[in-house]
Amino acid sequence: MAAFLSEFGSYLVSNADRLLELTVEHLQLSLAAVGFGLLVGIPGGVLMARFRRLVGPVLWVTNALQTVPALALAGFLMILFGLGRGTGIAVLFCYTLMPILRATYTGITSVDPALVEAARGMGMTRWQILRMVQLPLALSVLLVGVRVATVIAIGTATILSLIGAGGLGQEIFAGIRRVSDVRILAGAVPAALLAVLADAGISWLERRLTSPGLRVERSAAQS
Amino acid sequence: MIRFEEVTKEYPDGTRAVKNLNLEIRKGEFVCLIGPSGCGKTTTLKMVNRLVEPTRGTIYVDGQDIMKVDPVHLRRRIGYVIQQIGLFPHMTIEENIALVPRLLGWDRERCRRRVEELLPLVGLDPDQYRHRYPRELSGGQQQRVGVLRALAAEPDLILMDEPFGALDPITREALQDELKKLQAKLHKTILFVTHDMDEALKLADRIVLMKDGEVVQDGSPEDLLRHPANDFVAAFIGRERMAQAVGATPVEELMIRRPVTAGPSKGLAEAVQLMRQKRVDSVVVVDEDNRLLGVVTARQIQQHRDRARTLGEIMSGEPACVEVGAPVTEALQRMFVERLDHLPVVDRERRLVGLITRTTLVDLLSREGWPNGSPGGSGQGVSA
Repeated sequence: MAAFLSEFGSYLVSNADRLLELTVEHLQLSLAAVGFGLLVGIPGGVLMARFRRLVGPVLWVTNALQTVPALALAGFLMILFGLGRGTGIAVLFCYTLMPILRATYTGITSVDPALVEAARGMGMTRWQILRMVQLPLALSVLLVGVRVATVIAIGTATILSLIGAGGLGQEIFAGIRRVSDVRILAGAVPAALLAVLADAGISWLERRLTSPGLRVERSAAQS
Repeated sequence: MIRFEEVTKEYPDGTRAVKNLNLEIRKGEFVCLIGPSGCGKTTTLKMVNRLVEPTRGTIYVDGQDIMKVDPVHLRRRIGYVIQQIGLFPHMTIEENIALVPRLLGWDRERCRRRVEELLPLVGLDPDQYRHRYPRELSGGQQQRVGVLRALAAEPDLILMDEPFGALDPITREALQDELKKLQAKLHKTILFVTHDMDEALKLADRIVLMKDGEVVQDGSPEDLLRHPANDFVAAFIGRERMAQAVGATPVEELMIRRPVTAGPSKGLAEAVQLMRQKRVDSVVVVDEDNRLLGVVTARQIQQHRDRARTLGEIMSGEPACVEVGAPVTEALQRMFVERLDHLPVVDRERRLVGLITRTTLVDLLSREGWPNGSPGGSGQGVSA
């Protein structure tokens, strides 16, 4: 065990630059996908909350997308877009969209209708109601979706090196091919750490962004 | 200030929440819309700031047809308070109060000053409360802030939709008192929806009672208590409240309006003839100006018929009387204590206007909601 750890340690040290590069690549891949997920998912969720007829079809499509195995989806998109990073991001985007869409929709529709009516009655425009009332109140639910999306993206990104998207998957698959435990771990451990850190990071963000007025509410509800 | 002209609201499923409503609310009036649930009172209120739009008819606010005004601008100049309080939990008290001013583009400093000015009006210390969040306040304090939020941009008109309905009775009463004081100070036009008659009686200058989308009665609290338009109104007000109000009924409402009178020089035989004709047992003696001189009963005539010839000789000098406006209960109390059968009612110049007799008590009892008592019946009946 000790021998293995020292081998692992020396591998990490001697390959630090390359591993760091892969980690950064991995993170970029995942965050880009989450970014696109937010870009499409939040407006999508807002539209779903406004036009309830969209909810069924949209959730059906995104759910169906979610059930397609990642590798199958990757293969399919590879045929369409070819190898490379862009395709990787597109695959991950398909998986980040559903949680964000769903969380946005749930968050907005769970805002007390009395508050929305009060806002309307006071003379806020739809946009003001969304920006000043609905989104701030939906934030904590929304961030749960973002958290799920980010963790899924970081996890799924590991297999996308197969379609040339890069990232820590490269190291893991190299290790598998060479039956090198050290190399498998050198890819897997940073990937796992990345997921854990992203999760913690978003929790921190949630605490920072949520109004103190809402924090009191939650702690009061718990006690 | 607000005028409803033939306003009807029909929902897509065919229910007619409001039917051909005509209503005018004057500037500075505190009007309560009241009625059982589903009577259209809330719909009526929400049509004023276009949260609900009328199917037919026109609503004017300040002389302007509201359908021709941008609803966002309309709402910003009308205060709005809802039952669920509706403070935004993620905003501080200051942010909540200053919301409409902010929407109207007031600068930071002016908003801050306005909050400082408003909080003391409901007994909240600005320094202590402005940076707190709604959750940190009690329900009563929250709705105080809710009322302030409606006042913040200095609207002339305020709509209140059962604002105190969700509060406990003690807090509710405290807030009603505060609102009344506030209104005495600010003279806003207030349209207030409630289903609580006590609340309406306490606060309103005018009560509009609705049922099935129509106005059943529109009048002052006094009017409703004294002269309910029909059985529905009477039932809605409740016998207890009407009885309380009846106790304070002024004497002129129950008195006999044209008592049998005679001049002091009238002969006894003539007087007896008169009493027999009118089937009464007394005459009120008045001078030529109808000023009260005294009362003579049949019994007195019987006792004095040997010695006296005219009513003037046997009437009791300085007769007991009450002035117009005195409560009936006071008059009856006096008759009981002073063992009087009759109590003339006079105006300021001692001119006779009516007569309270023991049958007045019967009328009063019938008003207090005894079986078959017709509330609001005027005090007629056979005179004493």
